[in-house]
Parts: sequence; structure tokens; C-alpha cells
Amino acid sequence: MAATIKVDIVSAEQPLFSGKANEVFALAAEGEVGILPHHTQFLSTLKPGLVRIVSGDEEEHFFVAGGILEVQPDVVTILADAAVRAEDLDEAKALQAKQRAEEAMQKAQSEVDFAKAQSELAEAVAQLAAIAKLRERLSKQGLSH
Amino acid sequence: MAGASKEIKGKISSIKNTQKITKAMEMVAAAKMRRAQARMEATRPYVDKLKRVIGHVASAHPEYKHPYTQASEQKKIGLLVISSDRGLCGGLNNNLFRRCIRQIKDWQEAGAQVKLGLVGRKAENFFKHVGGDVVSSVVDLGDTPHLDDLIGSIRVMFDMLDAGELDALYIASNEFVNTMTQQPTISQLVPIQSEEVTDKKPVYWDYIYEPDAKTALELLMRRYIEGLVFGAVVENAACEQSARMIAMKNATDNAGKIIKELQLAYNKARQAAITQEISEIVSGAAAIEG
Repeated sequence: MAATIKVDIVSAEQPLFSGKANEVFALAAEGEVGILPHHTQFLSTLKPGLVRIVSGDEEEHFFVAGGILEVQPDVVTILADAAVRAEDLDEAKALQAKQRAEEAMQKAQSEVDFAKAQSELAEAVAQLAAIAKLRERLSKQGLSH
Repeated sequence: MAGASKEIKGKISSIKNTQKITKAMEMVAAAKMRRAQARMEATRPYVDKLKRVIGHVASAHPEYKHPYTQASEQKKIGLLVISSDRGLCGGLNNNLFRRCIRQIKDWQEAGAQVKLGLVGRKAENFFKHVGGDVVSSVVDLGDTPHLDDLIGSIRVMFDMLDAGELDALYIASNEFVNTMTQQPTISQLVPIQSEEVTDKKPVYWDYIYEPDAKTALELLMRRYIEGLVFGAVVENAACEQSARMIAMKNATDNAGKIIKELQLAYNKARQAAITQEISEIVSGAAAIEG
């Protein structure tokens, strides 16, 4: 069997692949690259596309929405994006988070029903804890029956 | 007497109802906790691999040094506070907030400004009360938070770092020690602290970059921070479920104890009522016979 290189493909939400391969193909920033063992150090952004892992006669395919490719002579690391990312999409989400902060700091009361039901239950739980503690203290002092 | 026993009976049934709810919540939390823990495990490899790559980068001699890796004076600090959306999870959120307030005070005494990025409804409510310079907020991440939901909040911080409005970024979240223990922690995200991978042979090397060093390293650093934040959020979700499970278990146990005692009191009251009734009948009969 030909020389092999260790390959790890991970995304933020789960690991996708970990194993050995003879060759790895990925869509780097400036076109598809084929990585063989003992490749020089290489760091690139990834374009959305297929990552192919060739080991022997077998070939495995993974689709990545983007990410980072890092190559060391003995290991290839592919950090796949968990979601579709685009500059303006990220920007829009940032704006949302900002607005939410401003609104939330001004709004006095919201989502009252759920909060109310929950605080009632919290009160009941706190009461139980308080009673239990009181009983314990009383029985320690020998005052209870 | 009959009045007292009726009152006790009412109390018992009300506590029993509460106990049913807490018991159900305990079981739901236990099931969710297992799933949250599995998710937590699944996110670890990403951050570990990123750490490895960052370590490589630190030991290389890149032609471009990314600002996030440069230590600077910390006068403008960003703090991401990770909390849960729902309560009833013991002191989980409050312990974290107390830790935050202490840290913020320390920073302010050292002359630093602190800007807050909030995750979770509890943090939002808390900082609404105590005040603070809140620049971003996301809520309703649900039981299975996705990176997608966090991008906006992190992006706000990135933009401020790039614009020089912040020179350091920290994150406050709960660390999952085990099912019983959650540790509120504050850790530094930017400047990135990387352990240099010290090779035995100090060879001078650098990467081949595509499209260029700046773009590639920039993306790497951003993904790294995002990975860390996402990891913290997922871990915090696991903490929330286990804290809730414990809190609800305690509540259920407390309710059980109290029901037992009330039952005893109820039985005593009932016994006393019966005894009194019998003695009344007996003395009544004796009076007629006499």
C-alpha cells in the first residue's frame, strides 16, 4: 500500500471523518488541490464543494459549505463550516443581535405568561425547600414531635 | 377538629400536584441532559483540531501576524455572558452572574470599560435590572443550540474588535465538571492564547497560503473564536439540564418529606376527632342510663 496521510474532517457540531488516506482532494481558494503524503505546509480557505478522500480503491465524499484546510506533512485537517456562511448573511445576523439588545434593554415586560407560570412554580419549589429546612432545624432542636 | 383535618388534606393535595410537576421536570431534564452531553462531546473535536492548527501557526513564522494574537493593554473589554433561557435550574445562572459582576467590578476598578454580549433570556433579564453596556443579545436558542444562532452575537464583537472599540474579549459560562457540579468560569478569547507546539528541531518554516496569509489567518482566528463560543454554549446547555435535574430532584424529595409529615398530622387530627366523638357518645349514653 502506498504512503498514507492522516485526515481529520470536523465541523463545529460534529466530527465527520477521521482516518488515513492516500490522497485528499479539496476545493481550495484558488482551485482544487490534491494532497499527497509529505505535502508541504499549506493553509487555505475552502470553497463550498466536495472533499474526496482516496484510500486504496475506495473513495469517500464529503460536502463542505466552506471552511479551512490545513496541511502538515503528516496530517490534513479540514475545518468545515457548520452552516452556510456569507458576509452579508453574517452582517444581517449581527444587526439582529444588536437590535435585540437595544429593544430588550428598553422593553419593561414581555413574554409575561410563560414567565408568570414559571415563577409560580419556582415559588412553590422555594416554599417546599424552606419548609423542609425549617422542619430539619426544629427536629434538631428537639422541638418537633 | 374536622376543619383542621380538611385543611391539611387540601395542603397535601396541593403539594402532591407540585411534586408531580417537579418529578416530571426531573425526568425530562435527565433525558435532555444525556442528549446535551452527547452534543457537548461532539463539539470537542472541532475546537481540539482548531487548537492544533493554531498551535502550528504559532510555531510557524507567518509573514502576517493577526491582531487577535497580539497582546495589548486591556482597556476596552468585551464580555460574552452565556446563560440559559429558562429558570428552575438551581443557582446555575445566579452563580455565573455573581461571578461576572465581581469580574466586571475588578475590571472597572482597573480603569477598563466593559461591554456585554448576552446569550440567553436569563442574562438579558439580569442585566436589564443591574444595568450595563449591552451591545448584543440573542435568546431562544432552545435545547439544541446551533452555531447559526450565535453568529450574529459573535460578529458584533468581531466588528468592535476590528474597529478598535474593544481590545480584549472574554467569555463567561458554566463549565460542566460532572452531573452534580457546574463551575462558573470566565476565560479569555482574544488575544488568543495558544500553546506553541515546540518541535524538537527548530526548523524555520511557513505555510503556503491561499488566497493569501491575511485572509486565511483571519478566517482561522474567527472560526476558532466561534468554535470556542459555540462549545461554551453547548456545554452551558448540558450544565442547565443537569442543574435542573438536581434542583427538581431536591424539590421532589422535599415535597415527599412534607407530604409524609402532613399525612401524619392529618391522621393524628382524624384520630383525635374520632376519639372525641366516641367519648361524647359514651358519656351521652351513660347520662341517659344514669
